[in-house]
Amino acid sequence: MITIQNTSKKYGTVKAVDDVSIQVHEGELFGLLGPDGAGKTTLLRMVNSLILPDAGNIQLWGLDPVADYRQVRQIIGYMPGKFSLYTDLTIEENLNFFATVFGTTIAENYHLIKDIYQQIEPFKHRPAGKLSGGMKQKLALSCALIHKPKLLVLDEPTTGVDAVSRQEFWEMLQALKTKGITIIVSTPYMDEARLCDRVALMQDGQIHACDTPANVVAGFGKTILGVKMTNVYKGLTDLRVWKHTDNVYPCGEYLHFIATDSHVDVASVTQYLVSLGHQNIDIVNVNPDIEDCFIELTRTH
Amino acid sequence: MNEPVISVKNLVKRFGNFTANDHLNFHVDKGEIFGFLGANGAGKTTAMRILSGLSKSTEGEVVVAGYNVNTHPEKVKQNIGYMSQKFSLFEDLTIWENMRFFAAIYGLSTAVFKERAQMLLNKLGIFHEKDRLVGELSLGWKQKLAFSVAILHRPSIVFLDEPTSGVDPITRRQFWEMIYQASAEGITVFVTTHYMDEAEYCNRVTIMVDGRIEALDTPAALKKQFAARNMNEVFLTLARPNNQ
Repeated sequence: MITIQNTSKKYGTVKAVDDVSIQVHEGELFGLLGPDGAGKTTLLRMVNSLILPDAGNIQLWGLDPVADYRQVRQIIGYMPGKFSLYTDLTIEENLNFFATVFGTTIAENYHLIKDIYQQIEPFKHRPAGKLSGGMKQKLALSCALIHKPKLLVLDEPTTGVDAVSRQEFWEMLQALKTKGITIIVSTPYMDEARLCDRVALMQDGQIHACDTPANVVAGFGKTILGVKMTNVYKGLTDLRVWKHTDNVYPCGEYLHFIATDSHVDVASVTQYLVSLGHQNIDIVNVNPDIEDCFIELTRTH
Repeated sequence: MNEPVISVKNLVKRFGNFTANDHLNFHVDKGEIFGFLGANGAGKTTAMRILSGLSKSTEGEVVVAGYNVNTHPEKVKQNIGYMSQKFSLFEDLTIWENMRFFAAIYGLSTAVFKERAQMLLNKLGIFHEKDRLVGELSLGWKQKLAFSVAILHRPSIVFLDEPTSGVDPITRRQFWEMIYQASAEGITVFVTTHYMDEAEYCNRVTIMVDGRIEALDTPAALKKQFAARNMNEVFLTLARPNNQ
């Protein structure tokens, strides 16, 4: 189990991580969700002993990443956001290198990486620098796993990756979870939350919510109407200045509209839009998702 | 809006034996928000580089903003805006200096530049920050600024290559509002994205798979055609090699 207590890190005057307290349970697939600059990387690097916290306490199965950094590094597999393997070594050489550094062999833990490594094994004599994005990712994951870590820390593994490869990557993580590895993964893609056991929503160094995706969504507590009309941009600006509007923003095909009070319903929104000459108005009830929660939590913090 | 500003007929691009674009056919209307989707390596960037006059097609006829891209690439470049996936403003110049630089490249007079730059910065609400170095801005502000710079010379089309990667949900929406606004002002928007929900903001969407266009229609029609709840499902159906 991983416990992060009141942990902070400043760079100059910027609070990159601001008094964060969360727990990650054994065997959990834990998602750290937040945009670029939220502080995700700094937090992950304090967990894996690469950055010293200014304040707070972190424990990994009783080990402290500051005092016990040598042992902590033995039990962690880390895949940084930037591809960091040796581009002039082949696939096999990279994997061998990481196995040797951690005092093991490819053969010893092959069962752990088999499903992932087999997909790139036919190219094992190719230099890592000449691999496609998807293959690099599979190699990096194999290297992070080869010493059989208790905890896998993945920093934005799916950023800039297309929807198909993202889906495949998450399937690999689900499979690893069944092998008993605890996984912390950061991502800017809110829709990936539903693939995690629990998530923490992070923005400006702070955690705004930490719970199962279902509970985060259940805590939204307001009604969202999806509103569509011919001229969406005019619709958006018109709704924004309406006295009954709490918030309105684009979301796919529909605008998401949240009213200031529960008396505002489909009929009154329709009436307002018709009075301003809007056409082809379509209003539906929408279930909030994690992005709606993130927007609401960011606004109210 | 039946006036095509982009017209692509039988576009083929080969690199040696590899066909990156395999007989593409489509048109984009004035003021349209046109989504250009596909997996990594499907051939999106190749096509976009040809459309913006940076690369020549092997075969086919491509007309952008009234000019043939193979014969008049410089005319094409003057009439389009381009926002690259990689942030391409100068980090060590201020906001104002960056705008002045790009205005000069596109031949705007000082008076026109000042008026438009002031207007765009006011619209963003950062006119008072015009002397800040661009390198100090957050990713979200950088992206919004890059978009403003890309439309500073009032192009008829703006090409956006993954403009919102990594940006927070609120800024992502503010960015799309800027796109809606540009479109309402008659600028055609040609955009690639990995966010499938953003595909739903587009008037029409094309999905490329292995160099070919596999689907092209409104998001609503595509969802109907593939009996999908959302664009993510449409995309996975088309782009997933083994169709699990």
